[in-house]
Amino acid sequence: MRDVSVIGIGITKFGELWDMSLRELGLKTGLAAISDAGITSKDIDALYIGNMAAGSTLQQEHVSALIADYCGLTSQNVPATRVEAASASGGLAIRQAYMAISGGFIDVAVVGGAEKMTDVSDSESSYTVSMGSDEQWESQAGATFASLHAMIAQSHMDEFGTSREELSAVSEKNHYHASMNPMAQFPFQINGDAVSNSGMVSSPLRMLDCAPNSDGGAAVVLCATEKAKKFKKKGVRIIGSGQASDTLSLHHREHINRLPAIGIAAKRAFKSCGKKASDIDLIEVHDNFTISEIIALEEIGIFKRGKAAVMSLNGETRLGGKIAVNTSGGLKARGHAPGATGIAQIIEIVQQLRGEAGDRQVEGAKIGMTENHGGTAATAVVHILEAE
Amino acid sequence: MSGIVSYGAYVPSHKIETGEIASVWGADGSAWAKNLNVYSKSVPGPDEDVITISVEATRQAMQRAKLSGDKIGAIYTGSESHPYAVKPTSTIVAEAIGATPHLTAVDYEFACKAGTAAIQSCLGMVGDGQVENGIAIGVDTSQGAPGDALEYSASAGGGALIIGSKKVIAEINHTTSYTTDTPDFWRREGQKYPRHGGRFTGKPAFFKHVISCGMKTMEMAGTEAKDYNYIVTHQPNGKFPMRAAKSLGFNAEQFETGLLTPRIGNTYSGAVFLGLAAILDVAKPGDRILAVAYGSGAGSDGFDITVTNQIKKINRSETVEDMIARMKIVNYATYAKYRGKLNMGASN
Repeated sequence: MRDVSVIGIGITKFGELWDMSLRELGLKTGLAAISDAGITSKDIDALYIGNMAAGSTLQQEHVSALIADYCGLTSQNVPATRVEAASASGGLAIRQAYMAISGGFIDVAVVGGAEKMTDVSDSESSYTVSMGSDEQWESQAGATFASLHAMIAQSHMDEFGTSREELSAVSEKNHYHASMNPMAQFPFQINGDAVSNSGMVSSPLRMLDCAPNSDGGAAVVLCATEKAKKFKKKGVRIIGSGQASDTLSLHHREHINRLPAIGIAAKRAFKSCGKKASDIDLIEVHDNFTISEIIALEEIGIFKRGKAAVMSLNGETRLGGKIAVNTSGGLKARGHAPGATGIAQIIEIVQQLRGEAGDRQVEGAKIGMTENHGGTAATAVVHILEAE
Repeated sequence: MSGIVSYGAYVPSHKIETGEIASVWGADGSAWAKNLNVYSKSVPGPDEDVITISVEATRQAMQRAKLSGDKIGAIYTGSESHPYAVKPTSTIVAEAIGATPHLTAVDYEFACKAGTAAIQSCLGMVGDGQVENGIAIGVDTSQGAPGDALEYSASAGGGALIIGSKKVIAEINHTTSYTTDTPDFWRREGQKYPRHGGRFTGKPAFFKHVISCGMKTMEMAGTEAKDYNYIVTHQPNGKFPMRAAKSLGFNAEQFETGLLTPRIGNTYSGAVFLGLAAILDVAKPGDRILAVAYGSGAGSDGFDITVTNQIKKINRSETVEDMIARMKIVNYATYAKYRGKLNMGASN
């Protein structure tokens, strides 16, 4: 097992990027990451691409070869692999590259994530996203991720007394953080009342509880730490990685308001580096809905079960609070481009640990964590990073 | 200078309220009305179509100008809901006003701006001296698929402008167009209802074209927003035109007279014609008007217009506001019958 460092990052603003194609997103962010790392294409041993929906939204499969081609990597026949795990595609692509480097198979990998969600109608993109649930038990019966998470939220409210106000505080905080992130889709503040009074999507979840379906791209360069010295950028080490799966259907689980794969992936990541939840200075979690952030923080052990919501309302997850959660703005306000989201989370932590996060900088941040999941956390991927 | 010799308008006498449509689909009517700024929309009767509306509007224009048909050398009708795929609307209008046979007559299609393109064609013909007067018509009876967002706004109505160089009531000082290939809204041959790109119809489509064209028109005219008494733009809903007007530097006092969509819905090719007609109904000599149309696909036509003393010499009743005031509310069942949305089975 070798240490692995993130030595380059590149990201687009998330949003309605109608003037950029999937291949342009891949090219732009890939080149930015390579440039940031100070490497050349000859240094790249492998390319990993996180993408969920190109087959459905763009009628384009085989996107790994496509991105490799447009990044000019086919002249060297660089192996390119697409990774798909719904909204966890990006995080899982990072993990595949991490394992290949850590295991000694390769030294340098570019991991890119790109998604185009707004070139189709809202109903088509919602249908595409629903493919990440169980087609036989859920989506075919009319369940959407909003309705599944609404059931999760309602159950959490019933068991722990989680309130409307507490859910709104999560969205308000993420918009506050996004207001300091120039790459965010919604870089402006909203107040809790606006969240609580926004249009109903699926009770109790309202429009401003829900992350958007965005276009966006993100890429990082991973390198064996022992080989990273020859490149110019100060690295950020990935010290822990964990992954877990769960039943695809929500109703097959023991508890409807638990997302245990997140906790198990976190445990595995903690175990791999000997760290614990209290060691984490900041974390990016997968807030596809406000309730998801609350449960993720409980599963990981940042807060005790049933306590994350009130902690959010009390400002403990805000910049300057007990632990800064989603300083990027999270999926809610930075945007959610499924294949790119997990990589964008890594980039936020890298920027923070480099001390390059501008106004949203977490002072003295040494250890950061990312939690990226697909569907109702049938796949969960967790990474822990440390400043070098 | 060439310009508008006369104008006519027609708004159907039925309307349906946004809340009534929403109630059929289990939607929040007040939220839809507020979000679109559309509270009711016109509904054409079972015997009304683009041809009947065109004839009504053109007859009003002819009566106001006291012109006979033989003074008309060209008729161009812009619409995206011509009753015939092959067979012109314009020839029927020409026959109805007694303008046949010594004239040219053609139908235009460019989504919602085909009618304003017809104004430009008439200006060219009149300016060249090929015809004494030409008629540009913009009319639609468009439909949105049941349950689609378009159903809350797609309505019917239109207007006609007689373009000439004698006794003009409003001079057209400058006109320009802004055109790109932008697929924001379309209907393929044979399809009953159009499709649209959702939010893509906004910023890169409507706003980009209307604002760019409006700015170019003012640049050509050497004017600023404060030089105008009125602005009218295409109005697919009640919010887009307000935002576009404000972006161009105009205020509510300048855009409210021509903003009809909140009460009559989106009349597509008829929207700028009706808005302009409502302005001409009350305009005074010397008033200046900026008109900017928008057609999906996409393009905008801009017009810098100055009202002349001649406007006091024409009969301006019945006004657009009179037509709106006489509209009667129908329920969804009547609306569905009028608009051919009922499945009549084998007998259909």
